[in-house]
Amino acid sequence: MAKKTYVEDIERTLYDIKDEDRSVYKSHAGLTEEIIRDISARKNDPPWMLEFRLKSLEVYHSLSLPTWGPDISALDMDRIVTYVKPDAPMVGSWDELPDDIKNTFDRLGIPEAEKKSLAGVGAQYDSEVVYHNVQQSLVDDGVVYTDMESALRDYEDIVREYFMTLVPPKDHKFAALHGAVWSGGSFVYVPRGVQVKIPLQSYFRLNAAGAGQFEHTLIIVEPGASLHFIEGCSAPKYNVTNLHAGCVELFVKDGARLRYSTIENWSRNMMNLNTKRALVERGGLIEWVSGSFGSRVSMLYPCSVLHGEGARCEFTGVTFASRGQSLDTGASVIHAAPNTSANINTRTISKSGGAATYRSAVKVTKKASNAKCSVNCESLMLDDESRSDTLPVMDIERGDADIGHEAKIGRISEEAIFYLTARGIDENEARAMIVRGFVEPIAKELPLEYAVEMNNLINLELEGSM
Amino acid sequence: MLEIRNLRAAVDGKEILRGLDLTVGCGEVHVILGPNGGGKSTLMNVLMGHPKYEVVGGTITFEGEDLLGLKTFERARRGLFLSFQTPEEIPGITVENMIRTSMQAMSGGKVKYLEFRKQLRAMMTELKMDPSYARRYMNVGFSGGEKKRSEILQLLMLNPKLALLDETDSGLDVDAVQIVSSGVAKFHNENNSCVIITHNAQILKYLTVDAAHVLIDGRIVKDGGSELVEQISEEGYGAFAEAVDG
Repeated sequence: MAKKTYVEDIERTLYDIKDEDRSVYKSHAGLTEEIIRDISARKNDPPWMLEFRLKSLEVYHSLSLPTWGPDISALDMDRIVTYVKPDAPMVGSWDELPDDIKNTFDRLGIPEAEKKSLAGVGAQYDSEVVYHNVQQSLVDDGVVYTDMESALRDYEDIVREYFMTLVPPKDHKFAALHGAVWSGGSFVYVPRGVQVKIPLQSYFRLNAAGAGQFEHTLIIVEPGASLHFIEGCSAPKYNVTNLHAGCVELFVKDGARLRYSTIENWSRNMMNLNTKRALVERGGLIEWVSGSFGSRVSMLYPCSVLHGEGARCEFTGVTFASRGQSLDTGASVIHAAPNTSANINTRTISKSGGAATYRSAVKVTKKASNAKCSVNCESLMLDDESRSDTLPVMDIERGDADIGHEAKIGRISEEAIFYLTARGIDENEARAMIVRGFVEPIAKELPLEYAVEMNNLINLELEGSM
Repeated sequence: MLEIRNLRAAVDGKEILRGLDLTVGCGEVHVILGPNGGGKSTLMNVLMGHPKYEVVGGTITFEGEDLLGLKTFERARRGLFLSFQTPEEIPGITVENMIRTSMQAMSGGKVKYLEFRKQLRAMMTELKMDPSYARRYMNVGFSGGEKKRSEILQLLMLNPKLALLDETDSGLDVDAVQIVSSGVAKFHNENNSCVIITHNAQILKYLTVDAAHVLIDGRIVKDGGSELVEQISEEGYGAFAEAVDG
């Protein structure tokens, strides 16, 4: 069987669309009401959700593309339908994935791990088994962990109360697009005072048909409750098209804690325009651990709205941009109440002509007395053709804010390489060690299996390049 | 063990070593003395294969093998070890991780963690190092003396055939020199050799010096025994410098 390529995927997508209803889709250049109604009907949306989708569509048409950030002109917005429609022809087997992604996962042993998980035979970090074992006790505590479609059916009132209130469709064009065409994703509800001691992982989502590139994650952690949620975007996503516009909304209530960890390793033809936001109430804590490796373009700036007094945010992120990639990542914090504090700590790496941008926005409003924010971003460029930028924006409306910012952009020191090689370590391994050392402060925040995976990814990225 | 013949080496096009000869036998301790800028550190870096230094002439053989054809990591695996004058800080890599990785690179096999740790602890105790330093990032935030001790710790753990010590005693107080010096003495036996650059006769207290060499202006201008070390610590390099000028 011939190996599939990026171009062939596109042609195949077009073919599928023609096959379905040629006249409708040929006559409209972009996204239409008919398409939205069709999606909504197929998903058995309640009427209010159809209404929501249609309003989002209107907003989508009224907004223009962002004029800042990486070049996304390769995204043909007139053919947005081709990004929305291919729910059905998503590949269902490893062999149909693009070669670069498949090889990566093969070498990581993920298909193997997937098989084990499905068989229910667990190694020590077999998340599926852990999940199923604890599921009943969680259910007894009133914890809900399900996919968004089921949530909309079984917990409609909760979804309706929160859905896209934190990231409203009018936020930006891709948020509006998301509101119109969202599909799939995770829903977690942790009732008051319940401590979920074992992390929940969203690996389950990967096998579900229709969990496309517009998935919605909605997590509500009620007062005094705590949760660690891990999103496995590094695991196989059967995406054959090239736009991802997901949305994550996290609600952290009074005194609640939420740790949200994710590594995104999309295939290299992906435009990853993801929106993630957390609303943190009095004394609550949001901890983000975020890794961005894949995609052609990423624009990802998880935002924490510190809405209640004493709310806190810890953001830990790592980004690795290689050839042909432009990864524009960072974080955003809004201090909107007294005594709120935030800590942003990131590492970015660029190599082989890749471009990595750290972009952050910190806002301290007039209400936020004694706000504290500390930003530390370090960048490493592995060669002369790569690019690294740091764009921190601060908007401070109070004189008593305590704001610290530290930025470093550097290269691997030849003296450090010499030091390691003088100890018998070969040059490639020496470089890899230095890169791993650079991201170590981040890696140690990751769940163990992800830290191992990140190290493997770094090794794969560095292999053959030096 | 080591034979250097008519070695000429340059940095940024400037020739620093200008026809240097040196022979070090197995089990011997050699001291290299000389004023700053004379080429002592250049010699160490050239022996270890630093990419910044260009060898423009001469030969170096180590146990009969041409060293100049080998990369730095290959030289290390053949048994060369350089204790750096200013050791690099390597963020994110712990002392124990780096030493264990080195040992595995050298031996080509797994080094069992528990045995390794036991050995590392024993050596650290010997060097009066706080055992918590094993978990710290290599040389990051270490004082000058701690960096030098970490070099000697690596020397003892890696147990090379030829130790090149580049001013391992510089910038240390009397107690630290004592610790480093006894560390080197612990390492040395009849099966390995040391080439020591120093300005300080103290480090040689626990060692028997087989030969001393004065390196000025890229050449060895005087060979002798341990008496040469004493002579220079009393009289300086004046007499030798004149000989070169003449």
